[in-house]
Amino acid sequence: MRLSCTVNGQRRDIDVCPAESLLFALRERMGLPGTKNACEQGECGSCTVYLDGVAVCACLIAAGQAEGGDVVTVEGLADDEGPHPVQQAFAESGAVQCGFCTPGLIVAVHDVLSHSPRPTDAAIREALAGNLCRCTGYEKIFDAVRSAAVRMSAEGKRR
Amino acid sequence: MTSFVQPVGLDEACEAKAAEPDLVPLAGGTDVMVELNFRRARPHGLLDLTRVPELREWSVSDGCWLRLGAGVSYARIIKELGGHAPALATASRTVGSPQIRNRGTVGGNLGTSSPAGDALPPLLATGSTVELVSVRGNRLVRIEDFFTGPKENVLLPDELVAAVWLPVGRGPQQFSKVGPRNAMVIAVAALATALDGESRRVGVGLGALAPRPIRAVEAEDFASWALDWDGGSGIHADVAARFGALVAGACAPIDDVRGSSAYRRHAVAVLAARSLRWAWQEYRKDKSCG
Ligand SMILES: Cc1cc2nc3c(=O)[nH]c(=O)nc-3n(C[C@H](O)[C@H](O)[C@H](O)COP(=O)(O)OP(=O)(O)OC[C@H]3O[C@@H](n4cnc5c(N)ncnc54)[C@H](O)[C@@H]3O)c2cc1C
Ligand code: FES
Ligand code: FES
Repeated sequence: MRLSCTVNGQRRDIDVCPAESLLFALRERMGLPGTKNACEQGECGSCTVYLDGVAVCACLIAAGQAEGGDVVTVEGLADDEGPHPVQQAFAESGAVQCGFCTPGLIVAVHDVLSHSPRPTDAAIREALAGNLCRCTGYEKIFDAVRSAAVRMSAEGKRR
Repeated sequence: MTSFVQPVGLDEACEAKAAEPDLVPLAGGTDVMVELNFRRARPHGLLDLTRVPELREWSVSDGCWLRLGAGVSYARIIKELGGHAPALATASRTVGSPQIRNRGTVGGNLGTSSPAGDALPPLLATGSTVELVSVRGNRLVRIEDFFTGPKENVLLPDELVAAVWLPVGRGPQQFSKVGPRNAMVIAVAALATALDGESRRVGVGLGALAPRPIRAVEAEDFASWALDWDGGSGIHADVAARFGALVAGACAPIDDVRGSSAYRRHAVAVLAARSLRWAWQEYRKDKSCG
């Protein structure tokens, strides 16, 4: 079937099998490999994207369900001025080792901070429960979230 | 895979299901897509329900019943329904992760009918009713009659779950779940308790403790009889313990990688006694405040 949707602000019209995942369509058909495929069962969060402003696992969305939708992936978070503060914070806090979990975490953290600009550690832990990292032990990820929160409020950025 | 049908209204969805009963309904996809990704299922076609507005609504009628559309996400239940459906909202908080709660629905939990589905014990404890719909009309099924076996239910090939009806404002409710960590766990044991101050009944729903989600009727009868509804005096330790034992007795748990049947029985007895005490405390507090 034909899928028409907006991805990172750009209109896309592509052919998909309706039952394939949005993750597959993004990576294999639209040339957007930033969103990672690790488990295909909703457990790891490395495929986290926004669909119509809501953070979801792209591996659990049927491509056909994105018809007419607005998708934002990790590739869509930076703007002309450079990487998003969440991305800068991850790079500078050492929150990235192998980097496989990073794109999903960046989107998930972006989502947390857009709802609660100064989350407590308990709230961060709960909000990131669906994102697994096998490398960092999460401490540096927490540092990155706190530092991103500070940067965003300094820059007056909500999203 | 031949078809992907995207109705934009409930009538249209029912017509599609009647015309092609093999279509697999697809709501949040958090169960269906795992099956598809791992090629455990190769459906003839999918019926995407996410564009059916009727399924995404809830309303409260006469202040007595909450009609919850099958397609309302857990995230919305947590945000919008903590007051009307406290046990269901608490259970929703324990489902998966934010990403899963943003998509997953009670209709999908009913469709899957897993013995461990977290939305199901609250529906059982509160005495909820499932509304099914097809081109032939609507029918109501009491929640305890909905499940027929592990992952089996009474849905006919042309039917969809339209909504669930939950009684509101009857009294305190509790939900507890045991698992190896605080998030992203399938329940090892789950229990919901609901007090109904009007009919003076205690309802108990159990998850992951039998081949299907069940009520603990003997325990319900015992607690309803033993509690001092008029005087509101505290619960005697023996009453709480007896209640726990009766709940454990209602279970037919399995041994599996997540827990032994003996552990499950023990855990639910503890949860039950605790939940009854908590719920009763709240009931007494509400009563003394008038
Ligand atoms: C990582 C992960 C964690 C999870 N954690 C939990 C958890 O903690 N607790 C828990 O209970 N579940 C959990 N689940 C399972 C799942 O999220 C729930 O069962 C959820 O309620 C399914 O809802 P859905 O809308 O995504 O259903 P879908 O996957 O869209 O559908 C599920 C089933 O219901 C049918 N269906 C859907 N809507 C209707 C309808 N209106 N009428 C008739 N049939 C319908 C479908 O055909 C299918 O058989 C988890 C899943 C994942 C991937
Ligand atoms: S790939 Fe989607 S959650 Fe792991
Ligand atoms: S950095 Fe390797 S999985 Fe997180």
